[in-house]
Amino acid sequence: MKLSVWTYEGPPHVGALRVATAMKRLHYVLHAPQGDTYADLLFTMIERRKHRPPVTYTTFQARDLGADTANLFKTAAQAAYDRFQPQAMIVGASCTAELIQDDPGGMAEQMGLPCPVIALDLPSYQRKENFGADETLFQLVRNLARPMERTGHVTANLIGPTALGFRHRDDITEVTALLEDMGISVNVCAPFNATPEDLTRLGAAHFNVLMYPETGEAACRWMERELDQPFTKTVPIGVGATRDFIAEVAEITGQEPKLDDSRLRLPWYSASVDSTYLTGKRVFLFGDGTHVAAAARVARDEMGFEVVGLGCYNREMARPIRGLARDYGVEALITDDYLDVEQRIEELAPEMILGTQMERHIGKRLGIPCAVISAPVHVQDFPARYSPQMGIEGANVIFDTWVHPLVMGLEEHLLHMFRDDFEFHDDAGASHHGHKAVDRPGLDPGPPANPVEEPQPANDNTSITWLADAEKELKKIPFFVRGKARRNTETFAAERGMTQISLDTLYEAKAHYAR
Amino acid sequence: MTDVSTTLPAAGCRDAPVLKQRGQHEVFCGLTGIIWLHRKMQDAFFLVVGSRTCAHLLQSAAGVMIFAEPRFGTAILEETDLAGLADAQAELEREVARLLERRKDIRQLFLVGSCPSEVIKLDLARAAEKLSLQYAPHVRVLNYSGSGIETTFTEGEDACLASMVPVLPETNERQLLVVGALPDVVEDQMLDLLSKMGIDTVKVLPARRADSTLAVGPNTSFILTQPFLGGTLAALGKRGARHILAPFPFGEEGTTAWLRAVAMEFSVDITLFDTVTRAPRARARKAISQASEKLDGKSVFFFPDSQLEIPLARFLTRECGMTAVEVGAPYIHKGVVGPDLDLLEEGPTLSEGQDVEMQLDRCRAAQPDLTVCGLGLANPLEAEGLATKWAIELVFTPVHFYEQAGDLAGLFSRPLNRRAKLRLEAAE
Repeated sequence: MKLSVWTYEGPPHVGALRVATAMKRLHYVLHAPQGDTYADLLFTMIERRKHRPPVTYTTFQARDLGADTANLFKTAAQAAYDRFQPQAMIVGASCTAELIQDDPGGMAEQMGLPCPVIALDLPSYQRKENFGADETLFQLVRNLARPMERTGHVTANLIGPTALGFRHRDDITEVTALLEDMGISVNVCAPFNATPEDLTRLGAAHFNVLMYPETGEAACRWMERELDQPFTKTVPIGVGATRDFIAEVAEITGQEPKLDDSRLRLPWYSASVDSTYLTGKRVFLFGDGTHVAAAARVARDEMGFEVVGLGCYNREMARPIRGLARDYGVEALITDDYLDVEQRIEELAPEMILGTQMERHIGKRLGIPCAVISAPVHVQDFPARYSPQMGIEGANVIFDTWVHPLVMGLEEHLLHMFRDDFEFHDDAGASHHGHKAVDRPGLDPGPPANPVEEPQPANDNTSITWLADAEKELKKIPFFVRGKARRNTETFAAERGMTQISLDTLYEAKAHYAR
Repeated sequence: MTDVSTTLPAAGCRDAPVLKQRGQHEVFCGLTGIIWLHRKMQDAFFLVVGSRTCAHLLQSAAGVMIFAEPRFGTAILEETDLAGLADAQAELEREVARLLERRKDIRQLFLVGSCPSEVIKLDLARAAEKLSLQYAPHVRVLNYSGSGIETTFTEGEDACLASMVPVLPETNERQLLVVGALPDVVEDQMLDLLSKMGIDTVKVLPARRADSTLAVGPNTSFILTQPFLGGTLAALGKRGARHILAPFPFGEEGTTAWLRAVAMEFSVDITLFDTVTRAPRARARKAISQASEKLDGKSVFFFPDSQLEIPLARFLTRECGMTAVEVGAPYIHKGVVGPDLDLLEEGPTLSEGQDVEMQLDRCRAAQPDLTVCGLGLANPLEAEGLATKWAIELVFTPVHFYEQAGDLAGLFSRPLNRRAKLRLEAAE
């Protein structure tokens, strides 16, 4: 038993729902109690989908438990087939139904429904949402795809995009364009917008593009083995990764590597003098393994940030993320407990967080800017505009998105210079954000200010005390670098065995860490 | 005194036939009530004993994350807990100990049962009893079930309040007990009205804090503010308290009828009653007439959600000029909503429970001007061209009593206003 307040991932049947909802002409019959239908609103509200997810919930109640829940399942499955006439059905149990052991797969098989019926075995008390999506796609592919003749020209399948994915809709467009520039067309994209019949044609492609390992890796590995289709290992998020992806595709297919980078702006925007202020910004990254790994490379190599910590919530990616952390000289944080993440962020006092909606809240609480790079998603992660993460336009989008929460170049200098200005002080936040500037307390008789809660790094140097003048000077440092200054100074003092921090210590530390 | 009495329709809906179908229910389970209950009871913590699904529901249902550390959480059952139930009890005690150690401000702890905990028959009542002894007097530990196999959406609040009744102290004082979690501002307005009528000994269940002087006994008369509190009603009956039956306080008419029932029970002078209610009644009527302009003559279709459907249909048809096509409710307790059914003119289909597919067929065939439904259905129906009102907003928004009557009408007229305002087609 583990106490949980917020979760990064839902149960595995929600992963199956993400696959089913992404597809067309597929229906999911889920043996589940009343109330599990809450999952519908994830799709209709967060993603603003215009259709109900293609799911029938058997809706058993307490009074059914002693009686015949199995029959309830059969009735629901038959009614669902009759009403929706799907090309294929998937059947399974939610966490409660797993306990009553009705075996939906076995029952559905006996019913002899006139379409393929695929049973899902998703252990609710061991695994989570990403596993559920990965396993569901794998089972669909395993049951429906067959070896067949390849298309005449070079084609690829796009594997992994689901409903409720982080920017999956637009990534598909971007990756399709990347491939088209190399003369490669898309055979099937799955599960997003695919029908079960489409899945039977997977074998015609020359190779697979694994867009999201979290939700597509098992399917790609099976197709590699059974359909002799190699799959790409590079996820094209960021400039370098996109170029690597093109090279990898060229190697797999023998096509000429080609990338139209005429619209690519990230490299110049990053090199332009206005971006100097981004240099060495200390960032912390957290999310799903794939997006964190991609974002780490962009952060360090393409934005000039310093990665001070990273981690992921999906244990399936623990090994690669630990390896990545070693390359970056930091310790990986593998956890699905947001309190652990919050604690690590407090300790590291980064200047920026690249995380999920959970980290955005943590950032809000600690007064640290945050840009979202990964699921779990929120209605804001489905913008009306074209907003991919992958490819050329994805790199441009990332530049804008990551820079937006920061206090910008000259404004940063002005805050340093005129930090006592009554309306242009550091509690007022970045001026291009919509918040009303909070007046400095004491200068205005209005309502008391609501200052940003300042991160107090939990350090082990409890024996170190700040002398009054040093503490006062620290307060003059703008909020977005104050945490780092405090931390650096304490580390500097601790390394020298000092027990007190004076004004001199503060400036000696500043000189020591100058960059 | 014709001004004060309500006019009954020629034929009401009390004895109308009820359509009962069995199929998929598109409703929340009772755990959802925690979203508002944990805000109402400021020293209470709700510990759901359940699965990752329960945690995910609580996080998703409100559509928002309340990131000030919420006063609820889920003890997620794992494979090992299912193997040995004795261990699960010990695990639960350990998690509670850790929680209470970290949150010294907690005075009431609710162990909330879920579908999985009910199916494996985890004995939360015993756990609560044992923990209560252990942590008394600082923390009181209670339990109730919010599971989907036993409760529908707002029934979670009912189960929670009902669990508090048996442990309330006994009193012989003559008092009014108002039952149902209301927003603080609405509760204060109500207390003010009652006090002006000379009814001063008024208690509210749930109280904002555990250390209140809430008690119950044979001289207690109680009235419900929400129609989904049938279980709490029964529990209070067992304590000897007397139920005041009335229409629910939605709109000017409902609020007046509700207050009048209380006034009669406490022998309030009718002139005083008129004096106290005259101004707010006039305000409410004015506000409703402004907000309901767009609703007049329009039809409405209710999918079952919170059990508020019948009183709200009464409000919309009698005070806003709407016609009800179908009024679906998860359950219909005539002992609770009888007075509202009497006022609701016969005509609409009354349905209890749900087969969502068949109900959608009826809704599409009827093409109502406004459909009141859950979040899972709203956008798909809008995409089909039907205007919708999210039902969940009705339990999250202050809608009771006179000063909110206009806002209540506004909740229903806003979707229609919005449609009228949007001009997305090319000019002809």
